[in-house]
Amino acid sequence: MTGWMGSLFRRELRLAVRVGGSGLVGVLFFLAVVTVIPFGVGPDLNLLARIGPAVLWIGALLATLLGLDRLFQADRDDGALDLILMSGRPTELVVLVKCAAHWVATGLPLVIAAPVLAIFLNLEPVAIGAVTITLLVGTPALTLIGAIGASLTVTLRRGGLLLAVLVIPLAIPVLIFGVSAADAAVNDPVPFLTPFSILCALTLISAVVGPFASAAALRFSSD
Amino acid sequence: MAIWDFANPTRFVRLVDRTLPWLVTACVIAFGIGLYKSFFMAPEDYQQGDTVRIMFIHVPAAWLAMMCYSVMALSSLGTLVWKHPLADVSAKAAAPLGAAFTFISLITGSLWGKPMWGTYWVWDARLTSVLVLFIMYLGLMALWRTMEDPIKAGKAAAVLTLVGALNLPIIKFSVDWWNTLHQPASVIRMDGPTIHPDILVPLLVMALAFTLLFFTLHLMAMRNEVMRRRVRAMRLKAAAGPRAASATAAPQPAE
Repeated sequence: MTGWMGSLFRRELRLAVRVGGSGLVGVLFFLAVVTVIPFGVGPDLNLLARIGPAVLWIGALLATLLGLDRLFQADRDDGALDLILMSGRPTELVVLVKCAAHWVATGLPLVIAAPVLAIFLNLEPVAIGAVTITLLVGTPALTLIGAIGASLTVTLRRGGLLLAVLVIPLAIPVLIFGVSAADAAVNDPVPFLTPFSILCALTLISAVVGPFASAAALRFSSD
Repeated sequence: MAIWDFANPTRFVRLVDRTLPWLVTACVIAFGIGLYKSFFMAPEDYQQGDTVRIMFIHVPAAWLAMMCYSVMALSSLGTLVWKHPLADVSAKAAAPLGAAFTFISLITGSLWGKPMWGTYWVWDARLTSVLVLFIMYLGLMALWRTMEDPIKAGKAAAVLTLVGALNLPIIKFSVDWWNTLHQPASVIRMDGPTIHPDILVPLLVMALAFTLLFFTLHLMAMRNEVMRRRVRAMRLKAAAGPRAASATAAPQPAE
Protein backbone atom coordinates (compact mmCIF):
# COMPACT_ATOMS: atom_id res chain seq x y z
CA MET A 1 0.00 0.00 0.00
CA THR A 2 1.41 3.37 -0.98
CA GLY A 3 2.26 5.78 1.77
CA TRP A 4 -0.57 8.24 1.46
CA MET A 5 -3.17 5.53 1.18
CA GLY A 6 -1.84 3.82 4.28
CA SER A 7 -1.84 6.99 6.29
CA LEU A 8 -5.31 7.95 5.10
CA PHE A 9 -6.53 4.48 6.05
CA ARG A 10 -4.99 4.71 9.50
CA ARG A 11 -6.38 8.22 10.02
CA GLU A 12 -9.91 7.13 9.10
CA LEU A 13 -9.68 4.09 11.32
CA ARG A 14 -8.41 6.07 14.27
CA LEU A 15 -11.18 8.65 13.88
CA ALA A 16 -13.80 5.93 13.66
CA VAL A 17 -12.65 4.04 16.73
CA ARG A 18 -12.01 6.95 19.06
CA VAL A 19 -14.48 9.23 20.80
CA GLY A 20 -17.15 10.49 18.40
CA GLY A 21 -16.75 7.54 16.08
CA SER A 22 -19.76 5.36 15.59
CA GLY A 23 -18.20 1.99 14.86
CA LEU A 24 -19.50 0.10 17.86
CA VAL A 25 -22.82 1.93 18.02
CA GLY A 26 -23.66 0.16 14.78
CA VAL A 27 -23.20 -3.21 16.46
CA LEU A 28 -25.39 -2.06 19.32
CA PHE A 29 -28.06 -1.05 16.82
CA PHE A 30 -27.69 -4.43 15.12
CA LEU A 31 -28.29 -6.11 18.48
CA ALA A 32 -31.33 -3.90 19.11
CA VAL A 33 -32.86 -4.75 15.72
CA VAL A 34 -32.35 -8.48 16.23
CA THR A 35 -33.82 -8.22 19.73
CA VAL A 36 -36.90 -6.42 18.48
CA ILE A 37 -37.72 -9.00 15.79
CA PRO A 38 -38.99 -11.74 18.18
CA PHE A 39 -41.31 -9.18 19.77
CA GLY A 40 -42.75 -8.55 16.34
CA VAL A 41 -43.10 -12.08 15.00
CA GLY A 42 -43.39 -14.04 18.23
CA PRO A 43 -40.91 -16.23 20.08
CA ASP A 44 -41.47 -19.32 17.92
CA LEU A 45 -37.97 -20.80 17.55
CA ASN A 46 -38.74 -22.68 14.33
CA LEU A 47 -40.02 -19.53 12.66
CA LEU A 48 -37.01 -17.57 13.91
CA ALA A 49 -34.66 -20.22 12.55
CA ARG A 50 -36.37 -19.96 9.19
CA ILE A 51 -36.25 -16.17 8.91
CA GLY A 52 -32.99 -15.83 10.85
CA PRO A 53 -30.65 -15.22 7.90
CA ALA A 54 -33.03 -12.59 6.53
CA VAL A 55 -33.27 -10.88 9.92
CA LEU A 56 -29.50 -10.75 10.26
CA TRP A 57 -29.10 -9.39 6.73
CA ILE A 58 -31.76 -6.71 7.19
CA GLY A 59 -30.26 -5.78 10.54
CA ALA A 60 -26.82 -5.45 8.95
CA LEU A 61 -28.27 -3.38 6.10
CA LEU A 62 -29.99 -1.00 8.51
CA ALA A 63 -26.92 -0.72 10.73
CA THR A 64 -24.77 0.04 7.68
CA LEU A 65 -27.22 2.68 6.47
CA LEU A 66 -27.22 4.29 9.87
CA GLY A 67 -23.46 4.72 9.93
CA LEU A 68 -23.06 5.91 6.35
CA ASP A 69 -23.57 9.61 6.95
CA ARG A 70 -20.36 9.57 8.99
CA LEU A 71 -18.41 8.62 5.88
CA PHE A 72 -17.93 12.15 4.53
CA GLN A 73 -20.01 14.38 6.81
CA ALA A 74 -17.52 14.89 9.63
CA ASP A 75 -14.69 15.55 7.18
CA ARG A 76 -16.78 18.10 5.37
CA ASP A 77 -17.75 19.85 8.59
CA ASP A 78 -14.16 20.47 9.64
CA GLY A 79 -12.93 21.17 6.12
CA ALA A 80 -10.76 18.07 5.83
CA LEU A 81 -12.75 16.84 2.86
CA ASP A 82 -11.84 19.88 0.77
CA LEU A 83 -8.17 19.43 1.63
CA ILE A 84 -8.33 15.76 0.68
CA LEU A 85 -10.04 16.60 -2.61
CA MET A 86 -7.47 19.29 -3.38
CA SER A 87 -4.53 17.09 -2.50
CA GLY A 88 -4.18 15.99 -6.11
CA ARG A 89 -4.65 12.32 -5.34
CA PRO A 90 -7.20 10.44 -7.44
CA THR A 91 -10.54 10.98 -5.73
CA GLU A 92 -11.71 7.50 -6.68
CA LEU A 93 -8.86 5.93 -4.69
CA VAL A 94 -9.49 8.28 -1.79
CA VAL A 95 -13.12 7.16 -1.71
CA LEU A 96 -12.07 3.52 -1.95
CA VAL A 97 -9.65 3.88 0.97
CA LYS A 98 -12.21 5.76 3.03
CA CYS A 99 -14.76 3.05 2.30
CA ALA A 100 -12.31 0.33 3.27
CA ALA A 101 -11.54 2.02 6.57
CA HIS A 102 -15.23 2.69 7.17
CA TRP A 103 -16.01 -0.95 6.53
CA VAL A 104 -13.29 -2.15 8.90
CA ALA A 105 -14.65 0.18 11.58
CA THR A 106 -18.37 -0.45 11.12
CA GLY A 107 -18.95 -3.41 8.79
CA LEU A 108 -16.47 -5.87 10.18
CA PRO A 109 -17.86 -5.58 13.75
CA LEU A 110 -21.27 -6.47 12.33
CA VAL A 111 -19.82 -9.56 10.69
CA ILE A 112 -18.12 -10.56 13.92
CA ALA A 113 -21.30 -9.97 15.92
CA ALA A 114 -23.46 -11.94 13.50
CA PRO A 115 -22.59 -15.45 14.82
CA VAL A 116 -23.40 -14.36 18.36
CA LEU A 117 -26.71 -12.84 17.36
CA ALA A 118 -27.47 -15.91 15.24
CA ILE A 119 -27.68 -17.95 18.45
CA PHE A 120 -30.60 -15.77 19.58
CA LEU A 121 -32.34 -16.69 16.34
CA ASN A 122 -31.86 -20.43 16.81
CA LEU A 123 -29.74 -20.88 13.69
CA GLU A 124 -27.93 -24.14 13.05
CA PRO A 125 -24.13 -24.09 12.88
CA VAL A 126 -24.19 -24.44 9.09
CA ALA A 127 -26.55 -21.50 8.77
CA ILE A 128 -24.45 -19.43 11.17
CA GLY A 129 -21.39 -20.06 9.05
CA ALA A 130 -23.24 -19.28 5.83
CA VAL A 131 -24.70 -16.03 7.15
CA THR A 132 -21.34 -14.92 8.49
CA ILE A 133 -19.56 -15.63 5.22
CA THR A 134 -22.22 -13.93 3.12
CA LEU A 135 -22.14 -10.91 5.43
CA LEU A 136 -18.35 -10.84 5.19
CA VAL A 137 -18.56 -10.73 1.42
CA GLY A 138 -21.70 -8.62 1.15
CA THR A 139 -21.30 -5.80 3.68
CA PRO A 140 -18.42 -4.18 1.70
CA ALA A 141 -20.85 -3.88 -1.20
CA LEU A 142 -23.35 -2.14 1.10
CA THR A 143 -20.68 0.32 2.24
CA LEU A 144 -19.48 0.97 -1.32
CA ILE A 145 -22.99 1.49 -2.68
CA GLY A 146 -23.79 3.61 0.34
CA ALA A 147 -20.79 5.81 -0.40
CA ILE A 148 -22.65 7.04 -3.48
CA GLY A 149 -25.58 8.12 -1.35
CA ALA A 150 -23.30 9.58 1.30
CA SER A 151 -21.45 11.75 -1.19
CA LEU A 152 -24.68 12.88 -2.86
CA THR A 153 -26.16 14.01 0.44
CA VAL A 154 -22.96 15.35 1.98
CA THR A 155 -23.96 18.99 1.44
CA LEU A 156 -27.32 18.56 3.15
CA ARG A 157 -27.95 19.38 6.77
CA ARG A 158 -30.13 16.37 7.56
CA GLY A 159 -29.15 14.00 4.81
CA GLY A 160 -29.40 10.75 6.71
CA LEU A 161 -33.00 9.95 5.90
CA LEU A 162 -32.67 10.84 2.22
CA LEU A 163 -29.47 8.80 2.10
CA ALA A 164 -31.32 5.71 3.25
CA VAL A 165 -34.09 6.24 0.70
CA LEU A 166 -31.58 6.64 -2.11
CA VAL A 167 -29.40 3.70 -1.13
CA ILE A 168 -32.00 1.04 -0.32
CA PRO A 169 -33.19 0.45 -3.92
CA LEU A 170 -29.58 0.08 -5.05
CA ALA A 171 -28.85 -2.36 -2.21
CA ILE A 172 -31.72 -4.72 -3.04
CA PRO A 173 -29.64 -7.07 -5.25
CA VAL A 174 -27.03 -7.49 -2.52
CA LEU A 175 -29.73 -8.31 0.00
CA ILE A 176 -31.41 -10.81 -2.33
CA PHE A 177 -28.25 -12.74 -3.12
CA GLY A 178 -26.93 -12.53 0.43
CA VAL A 179 -30.08 -14.02 1.89
CA SER A 180 -30.56 -16.59 -0.86
CA ALA A 181 -26.97 -17.79 -0.53
CA ALA A 182 -27.44 -18.17 3.21
CA ASP A 183 -30.74 -19.98 2.64
CA ALA A 184 -29.22 -22.19 0.00
CA ALA A 185 -26.62 -23.42 2.47
CA VAL A 186 -29.33 -24.71 4.82
CA ASN A 187 -32.05 -26.11 2.60
CA ASP A 188 -30.57 -26.77 -0.78
CA PRO A 189 -32.79 -26.43 -3.80
CA VAL A 190 -29.86 -24.60 -5.37
CA PRO A 191 -26.17 -25.00 -4.62
CA PHE A 192 -24.68 -22.48 -2.22
CA LEU A 193 -22.00 -21.39 -4.66
CA THR A 194 -24.31 -20.02 -7.37
CA PRO A 195 -25.85 -17.13 -5.42
CA PHE A 196 -22.65 -16.74 -3.43
CA SER A 197 -20.52 -16.12 -6.49
CA ILE A 198 -23.09 -13.64 -7.78
CA LEU A 199 -22.85 -11.90 -4.41
CA CYS A 200 -19.06 -11.74 -4.83
CA ALA A 201 -19.58 -10.33 -8.33
CA LEU A 202 -21.93 -7.66 -6.97
CA THR A 203 -19.33 -6.64 -4.40
CA LEU A 204 -16.69 -6.36 -7.11
CA ILE A 205 -19.03 -4.35 -9.35
CA SER A 206 -19.84 -1.98 -6.53
CA ALA A 207 -16.12 -1.63 -5.78
CA VAL A 208 -15.83 -0.12 -9.27
CA VAL A 209 -19.12 1.77 -9.61
CA GLY A 210 -19.21 3.06 -6.03
CA PRO A 211 -15.90 4.94 -5.94
CA PHE A 212 -16.33 6.39 -9.43
CA ALA A 213 -19.87 7.66 -8.89
CA SER A 214 -19.08 8.81 -5.39
CA ALA A 215 -15.97 10.68 -6.53
CA ALA A 216 -17.96 12.38 -9.28
CA ALA A 217 -20.62 13.43 -6.79
CA LEU A 218 -18.01 14.75 -4.34
CA ARG A 219 -16.33 16.79 -7.06
CA PHE A 220 -19.63 18.33 -8.09
CA SER A 221 -20.62 19.10 -4.54
CA SER A 222 -17.38 20.94 -3.79
CA ASP A 223 -17.10 23.31 -6.74
CA MET B 1 -24.83 19.54 -33.73
CA ALA B 2 -28.48 20.48 -34.04
CA ILE B 3 -29.16 19.94 -30.38
CA TRP B 4 -26.81 22.79 -29.52
CA ASP B 5 -29.10 25.22 -31.30
CA PHE B 6 -31.47 24.78 -28.40
CA ALA B 7 -28.88 25.40 -25.73
CA ASN B 8 -30.27 28.90 -25.68
CA PRO B 9 -33.32 28.70 -23.40
CA THR B 10 -35.11 31.54 -25.16
CA ARG B 11 -34.88 29.80 -28.50
CA PHE B 12 -35.98 26.57 -26.85
CA VAL B 13 -39.02 28.19 -25.27
CA ARG B 14 -39.94 29.74 -28.61
CA LEU B 15 -39.71 26.34 -30.29
CA VAL B 16 -41.84 24.77 -27.55
CA ASP B 17 -44.46 27.47 -27.98
CA ARG B 18 -44.58 26.75 -31.69
CA THR B 19 -44.70 22.93 -31.51
CA LEU B 20 -46.91 22.50 -28.48
CA PRO B 21 -50.29 23.14 -30.19
CA TRP B 22 -49.46 20.50 -32.82
CA LEU B 23 -48.38 18.02 -30.19
CA VAL B 24 -51.50 18.61 -28.12
CA THR B 25 -53.71 18.15 -31.17
CA ALA B 26 -51.95 14.94 -32.19
CA CYS B 27 -52.15 13.68 -28.61
CA VAL B 28 -55.90 14.37 -28.33
CA ILE B 29 -56.58 12.70 -31.70
CA ALA B 30 -54.49 9.66 -30.79
CA PHE B 31 -56.26 9.36 -27.45
CA GLY B 32 -59.64 9.71 -29.14
CA ILE B 33 -58.92 6.94 -31.62
CA GLY B 34 -57.14 4.78 -29.06
CA LEU B 35 -59.82 5.05 -26.38
CA TYR B 36 -62.62 4.49 -28.89
CA LYS B 37 -60.88 1.47 -30.34
CA SER B 38 -59.98 -0.02 -27.00
CA PHE B 39 -63.36 0.49 -25.36
CA PHE B 40 -65.75 -0.13 -28.25
CA MET B 41 -63.95 -2.00 -31.02
CA ALA B 42 -61.62 -4.36 -29.20
CA PRO B 43 -63.32 -7.68 -28.36
CA GLU B 44 -63.72 -8.94 -24.85
CA ASP B 45 -61.29 -11.55 -23.76
CA TYR B 46 -62.89 -14.99 -23.62
CA GLN B 47 -61.49 -15.49 -20.14
CA GLN B 48 -61.10 -12.05 -18.66
CA GLY B 49 -64.18 -10.33 -20.06
CA ASP B 50 -64.19 -6.57 -19.97
CA THR B 51 -61.36 -6.31 -17.48
CA VAL B 52 -58.91 -6.95 -20.29
CA ARG B 53 -59.49 -3.35 -21.32
CA ILE B 54 -57.39 -2.22 -18.35
CA MET B 55 -54.49 -3.48 -20.41
CA PHE B 56 -54.87 -0.57 -22.83
CA ILE B 57 -54.00 1.82 -20.03
CA HIS B 58 -51.75 -0.45 -18.02
CA VAL B 59 -49.30 -1.64 -20.66
CA PRO B 60 -48.58 1.74 -22.29
CA ALA B 61 -48.12 3.29 -18.85
CA ALA B 62 -45.61 0.62 -17.95
CA TRP B 63 -43.75 1.13 -21.23
CA LEU B 64 -43.68 4.86 -20.65
CA ALA B 65 -42.42 4.34 -17.10
CA MET B 66 -39.35 2.66 -18.54
CA MET B 67 -38.94 5.03 -21.46
CA CYS B 68 -39.03 7.94 -19.06
CA TYR B 69 -36.07 6.56 -17.17
CA SER B 70 -34.20 6.18 -20.46
CA VAL B 71 -34.91 9.82 -21.25
CA MET B 72 -33.61 10.77 -17.82
CA ALA B 73 -30.49 8.66 -18.24
CA LEU B 74 -29.76 10.23 -21.63
CA SER B 75 -30.35 13.69 -20.17
CA SER B 76 -28.00 12.87 -17.31
CA LEU B 77 -25.32 11.93 -19.81
CA GLY B 78 -26.03 15.28 -21.44
CA THR B 79 -25.55 17.01 -18.09
CA LEU B 80 -22.34 15.28 -17.09
CA VAL B 81 -20.62 14.70 -20.43
CA TRP B 82 -21.71 17.49 -22.75
CA LYS B 83 -22.84 19.95 -20.07
CA HIS B 84 -25.85 20.85 -22.15
CA PRO B 85 -27.67 23.59 -20.23
CA LEU B 86 -31.11 22.13 -20.87
CA ALA B 87 -30.19 18.52 -20.09
CA ASP B 88 -30.75 18.78 -16.34
CA VAL B 89 -33.96 20.70 -17.00
CA SER B 90 -35.09 17.78 -19.13
CA ALA B 91 -34.11 15.21 -16.49
CA LYS B 92 -35.81 17.16 -13.74
CA ALA B 93 -38.98 17.57 -15.77
CA ALA B 94 -39.07 13.87 -16.65
CA ALA B 95 -38.83 12.55 -13.08
CA PRO B 96 -42.35 13.40 -11.86
CA LEU B 97 -43.79 12.22 -15.19
CA GLY B 98 -41.97 8.91 -14.85
CA ALA B 99 -43.19 8.57 -11.28
CA ALA B 100 -46.75 9.31 -12.43
CA PHE B 101 -46.65 6.73 -15.23
CA THR B 102 -45.14 4.16 -12.88
CA PHE B 103 -47.86 4.92 -10.36
CA ILE B 104 -50.57 4.56 -13.02
CA SER B 105 -49.19 1.21 -14.12
CA LEU B 106 -48.98 0.01 -10.50
CA ILE B 107 -52.53 1.13 -9.69
CA THR B 108 -54.12 -0.22 -12.88
CA GLY B 109 -52.09 -3.39 -12.48
CA SER B 110 -53.38 -4.01 -8.98
CA LEU B 111 -56.95 -3.18 -10.04
CA TRP B 112 -56.54 -5.68 -12.83
CA GLY B 113 -54.96 -8.18 -10.48
CA LYS B 114 -57.89 -8.21 -8.05
CA PRO B 115 -60.40 -9.88 -10.42
CA MET B 116 -57.75 -11.94 -12.23
CA TRP B 117 -55.48 -13.23 -9.51
CA GLY B 118 -57.80 -12.58 -6.56
CA THR B 119 -55.38 -10.17 -4.92
CA TYR B 120 -54.30 -6.59 -5.35
CA TRP B 121 -50.66 -7.33 -4.95
CA VAL B 122 -48.32 -10.27 -5.39
CA TRP B 123 -44.57 -10.15 -4.96
CA ASP B 124 -44.13 -11.10 -8.55
CA ALA B 125 -40.77 -10.28 -10.09
CA ARG B 126 -42.17 -7.78 -12.56
CA LEU B 127 -44.35 -5.98 -10.03
CA THR B 128 -41.52 -5.78 -7.57
CA SER B 129 -39.07 -4.28 -10.02
CA VAL B 130 -41.62 -1.68 -11.07
CA LEU B 131 -42.14 -0.84 -7.40
CA VAL B 132 -38.38 -0.41 -7.00
CA LEU B 133 -38.39 1.85 -10.06
CA PHE B 134 -41.13 3.90 -8.41
CA ILE B 135 -39.07 4.27 -5.24
CA MET B 136 -36.09 5.38 -7.30
CA TYR B 137 -38.16 8.03 -9.07
CA LEU B 138 -39.38 9.35 -5.74
CA GLY B 139 -35.84 9.31 -4.32
CA LEU B 140 -34.58 11.33 -7.28
CA MET B 141 -37.38 13.84 -6.86
CA ALA B 142 -36.57 14.11 -3.16
CA LEU B 143 -32.91 14.71 -3.98
CA TRP B 144 -33.88 17.51 -6.34
CA ARG B 145 -36.07 19.13 -3.74
CA THR B 146 -33.45 19.12 -1.01
CA MET B 147 -30.81 21.09 -2.89
CA GLU B 148 -31.26 24.79 -3.38
CA ASP B 149 -28.87 25.38 -6.26
CA PRO B 150 -30.50 23.87 -9.39
CA ILE B 151 -27.15 23.31 -11.13
CA LYS B 152 -25.69 21.34 -8.22
CA ALA B 153 -28.91 19.44 -7.71
CA GLY B 154 -28.94 18.59 -11.40
CA LYS B 155 -25.41 17.18 -11.27
CA ALA B 156 -26.07 15.16 -8.13
CA ALA B 157 -29.27 13.77 -9.58
CA ALA B 158 -27.48 12.97 -12.83
CA VAL B 159 -24.92 10.84 -10.98
CA LEU B 160 -27.69 9.01 -9.15
CA THR B 161 -29.72 8.55 -12.34
CA LEU B 162 -26.78 6.97 -14.14
CA VAL B 163 -25.98 4.70 -11.20
CA GLY B 164 -29.63 3.74 -11.19
CA ALA B 165 -29.51 3.06 -14.93
CA LEU B 166 -26.60 0.69 -14.32
CA ASN B 167 -28.41 -0.86 -11.40
CA LEU B 168 -31.87 -1.33 -12.87
CA PRO B 169 -30.91 -4.36 -15.01
CA ILE B 170 -29.15 -5.87 -12.00
CA ILE B 171 -32.22 -5.25 -9.84
CA LYS B 172 -34.45 -6.78 -12.52
CA PHE B 173 -32.20 -9.81 -12.79
CA SER B 174 -31.92 -10.30 -9.05
CA VAL B 175 -35.64 -9.87 -8.47
CA ASP B 176 -36.30 -12.47 -11.18
CA TRP B 177 -33.91 -14.81 -9.42
CA TRP B 178 -35.44 -14.09 -6.03
CA ASN B 179 -38.96 -14.73 -7.18
CA THR B 180 -38.32 -17.89 -9.18
CA LEU B 181 -36.49 -19.22 -6.15
CA HIS B 182 -39.37 -18.64 -3.76
CA GLN B 183 -42.68 -18.91 -5.50
CA PRO B 184 -42.44 -20.12 -9.08
CA ALA B 185 -46.17 -20.87 -9.15
CA SER B 186 -47.26 -17.24 -9.32
CA VAL B 187 -45.09 -16.11 -12.19
CA ILE B 188 -47.50 -14.52 -14.59
CA ARG B 189 -46.92 -14.97 -18.26
CA MET B 190 -48.75 -14.06 -21.42
CA ASP B 191 -49.54 -17.60 -22.40
CA GLY B 192 -51.31 -18.66 -25.51
CA PRO B 193 -50.96 -17.35 -29.05
CA THR B 194 -49.53 -13.97 -29.91
CA ILE B 195 -51.86 -11.05 -29.44
CA HIS B 196 -54.67 -10.83 -31.96
CA PRO B 197 -54.60 -7.73 -34.23
CA ASP B 198 -57.97 -6.60 -32.85
CA ILE B 199 -56.28 -6.07 -29.52
CA LEU B 200 -52.81 -5.24 -30.75
CA VAL B 201 -53.87 -2.25 -32.90
CA PRO B 202 -55.67 -0.37 -30.11
CA LEU B 203 -52.78 -1.16 -27.81
CA LEU B 204 -50.28 0.35 -30.22
CA VAL B 205 -52.48 3.39 -30.79
CA MET B 206 -52.72 3.86 -27.03
CA ALA B 207 -48.96 3.48 -26.73
CA LEU B 208 -48.54 6.22 -29.35
CA ALA B 209 -51.04 8.39 -27.49
CA PHE B 210 -49.21 7.90 -24.20
CA THR B 211 -45.89 8.70 -25.85
CA LEU B 212 -47.33 11.90 -27.31
CA LEU B 213 -48.78 12.74 -23.91
CA PHE B 214 -45.37 12.24 -22.35
CA PHE B 215 -43.63 14.52 -24.83
CA THR B 216 -46.34 17.16 -24.49
CA LEU B 217 -46.11 17.17 -20.71
CA HIS B 218 -42.33 16.92 -20.80
CA LEU B 219 -41.96 19.97 -23.03
CA MET B 220 -44.45 21.90 -20.91
CA ALA B 221 -42.63 20.93 -17.73
CA MET B 222 -39.29 21.90 -19.26
CA ARG B 223 -40.69 25.28 -20.26
CA ASN B 224 -42.04 25.76 -16.74
CA GLU B 225 -38.67 24.85 -15.29
CA VAL B 226 -36.89 27.36 -17.53
CA MET B 227 -39.38 30.00 -16.39
CA ARG B 228 -38.97 28.96 -12.76
CA ARG B 229 -35.22 29.39 -13.00
CA ARG B 230 -35.66 32.81 -14.56
CA VAL B 231 -37.95 33.81 -11.71
CA ARG B 232 -35.39 32.51 -9.26
CA ALA B 233 -32.59 34.47 -10.93
CA MET B 234 -34.74 37.61 -10.95
CA ARG B 235 -35.60 37.16 -7.28
CA LEU B 236 -31.94 36.74 -6.39
CA LYS B 237 -31.13 39.86 -8.35
CA ALA B 238 -33.99 41.76 -6.73
CA ALA B 239 -32.95 40.64 -3.27
CA ALA B 240 -29.36 41.63 -3.92
CA GLY B 241 -30.41 44.83 -5.71
CA PRO B 242 -31.27 47.30 -2.92
CA ARG B 243 -28.36 46.16 -0.80
CA ALA B 244 -25.94 46.47 -3.69
CA ALA B 245 -27.38 49.89 -4.43
CA SER B 246 -27.08 51.01 -0.81
CA ALA B 247 -23.58 49.60 -0.62
CA THR B 248 -22.51 51.75 -3.51
CA ALA B 249 -24.56 54.67 -2.25
CA ALA B 250 -23.32 54.55 1.33
CA PRO B 251 -19.75 55.77 0.80
CA GLN B 252 -20.93 58.77 -1.14
CA PRO B 253 -22.19 60.88 1.80
CA ALA B 254 -18.94 60.19 3.62
CA GLU B 255 -16.98 61.85 0.92
